[in-house]
Amino acid sequence: MSELASETAGMGAPSLVSEPQETVVKKAKKKVKVVSRQQLSFGKRLRRDWPLLLMCLPAMLLLLVFHYVPALGNIIAFQDYNPFVGDDPLEAFLYSEWIGFGNFEYLFKNAAFWDSVVNTLSITAFQLVFYFPIPIFLAILLNSILSPRIRSLVQSVVYLPHFFSWVLVVSLFQMMIGGAGLLAQTLRQAGYTPPDMMTDPDTFMFLITSQALWKDAGWGMIVFLAALAAIDPALYEAAAADGAGRWRRMWHVTLPGLRSVIILLLILRLGDALNVGFEQFVLQREMVGREAAEVVDTYVYYQGIAVQQWGIGAAAGLFKAVIGLLLIVGANKLAHRFGEQGIYRKS
Amino acid sequence: MSADTVIRPRRNSLRPVWEEKPTLIGQFGKGAILTVVVLAVLVPLWTVAVTSLSSEKTINEAGGYVFIPREFNPSAYVVIFSGGQVTDAILVSTIVTVAGTALSLIVTVLAAYGLSRPGTLGHRGILFYFLLTFLIYPGMIPSYLVVTGLGLKDNLLSLILPTAISAFNLVVLRAFFMSIPGELYDSARIDGAGELRILTRIVLPLSKAVTAVVGLFYAVGYWNAFFNAILYIDRSDLQPVQRVLQQFILAGQSPATSGAAVAIPGLGSSVPPSLAIKMAVVVVTIVPALIIYPFIQRHFTKGVIIGAVKG
Repeated sequence: MSELASETAGMGAPSLVSEPQETVVKKAKKKVKVVSRQQLSFGKRLRRDWPLLLMCLPAMLLLLVFHYVPALGNIIAFQDYNPFVGDDPLEAFLYSEWIGFGNFEYLFKNAAFWDSVVNTLSITAFQLVFYFPIPIFLAILLNSILSPRIRSLVQSVVYLPHFFSWVLVVSLFQMMIGGAGLLAQTLRQAGYTPPDMMTDPDTFMFLITSQALWKDAGWGMIVFLAALAAIDPALYEAAAADGAGRWRRMWHVTLPGLRSVIILLLILRLGDALNVGFEQFVLQREMVGREAAEVVDTYVYYQGIAVQQWGIGAAAGLFKAVIGLLLIVGANKLAHRFGEQGIYRKS
Repeated sequence: MSADTVIRPRRNSLRPVWEEKPTLIGQFGKGAILTVVVLAVLVPLWTVAVTSLSSEKTINEAGGYVFIPREFNPSAYVVIFSGGQVTDAILVSTIVTVAGTALSLIVTVLAAYGLSRPGTLGHRGILFYFLLTFLIYPGMIPSYLVVTGLGLKDNLLSLILPTAISAFNLVVLRAFFMSIPGELYDSARIDGAGELRILTRIVLPLSKAVTAVVGLFYAVGYWNAFFNAILYIDRSDLQPVQRVLQQFILAGQSPATSGAAVAIPGLGSSVPPSLAIKMAVVVVTIVPALIIYPFIQRHFTKGVIIGAVKG
């Protein structure tokens, strides 16, 4: 029996006998499958699967060149990388001097670097309080609207900015609330002196959070709306029959229904604590100044590419990547502890 | 009898019977919040569109941004489309978006199909290779060195190749391909079809919607890409629209010397683009998103995106 299965599979046409084979498989279950797989030699499998492997190849090559090689290239963090000792980056890499942890020593003594770390973490903390709950609130609010027409209208409008670029979002904010924007223009015509909210470092936190909200709060509702739609309406009815009012129903039915999604997203956000977005900050760093707008990513860019301290920039990038990886793995452990799936499954 | 009629809900009401009547304050509050939210999105877009269609005179009278439309004056669009920096940028972005989306889609579909049959040679290893990109990122500086080392500086390929593959899109497509019943593959194979034929004749027609959505997400990504251009493009005639938008609105620059505004009488090369022209540039960067958006949105209900978001 097992011979038959393996032979047909080896011919690359298991379908010819697929029906009887399937019943065999069902009867003997795992045994047949395992045996048949083992008996297929590497050559036979290669002959059968080469078109599929070939199909994967272009994507693998692209990722190799533009993802994995640069990921490995992070080792220039341990070099005093000098682009001028060779004709191209590869040669320069081969001839540059290895300096061990020198770049990291510089980095850890550098106040500007720690400022960027502190800025990044405070932005994450700030947005956990002032960004994170908003999509949940909006989703619950929208879910309570009965008219399907109003619901889909609101959804269409608030999802839209997700598809805009950061340049566009920051530009629109500049045009609305900037020093020469619509709001300032209106206030000036009414005889007030308008503040320039786009360049004030003290309110920068609020500014970037409102930009992030404008762009992605609507889009962020999707996952919560899906979770809300999955709550059994009978629960609400039962709660109402037991005398629960609308607030009690929200507390005892709606929020527990969202609990697992909220915990999951919260943990993932913590795992991503060093990522607060890059373009949003690089666009506004000039306007508000380095003290408020420098995050780790912009530090990497300015140190590494703008000031051409390649090794130090790469060291900052590697530092962020390693901490980020640890945070993600940790966050997933935490997610599994809560009985959630995380971004990868427990294996 | 009368008690029955009291309990029975109005036939056209969506409100469940057991739910209490809404309070006036509650209804008003909800309406107010949703109105504010919707207006917060629409007012800026409206202002930009109206201002872009206004004449210099209307703009001066309004003291800047125009909120109430008084005329339909497309001269700003004529200016930006009649050659010069903005026209170049639109062309560049269009080329990058179309070519990039085509490449991304072809490569992603091929790989997703190649990975859609567990048990094939190297399946687990290759899948791991793709999934590992979620955890390990290339650093900005090594990426810069690789791209410039390949001689792609000032080459539009530098705006395409580094972001051509999204493992997320690949996983979404693969999951959909795997849900296609295996009997279809088998019957095609009996008829003598090779893998490529199965992919183009059976799998793709069955997964038009997902493929389209993935393609649209790629397209939005290419159109919106901004920072790659700062890193890799120095020539002013190869800048994409987002970069031009940034120069006009955020950096407050005037268009390059051989720009469109020069050709228009009354707008010398030293004069920054008038507000209407700036706003027209903004509109031009928004419009592709607006065109694409309904197509993406149509598939929300099909669960493509929700399923993807939920993992």
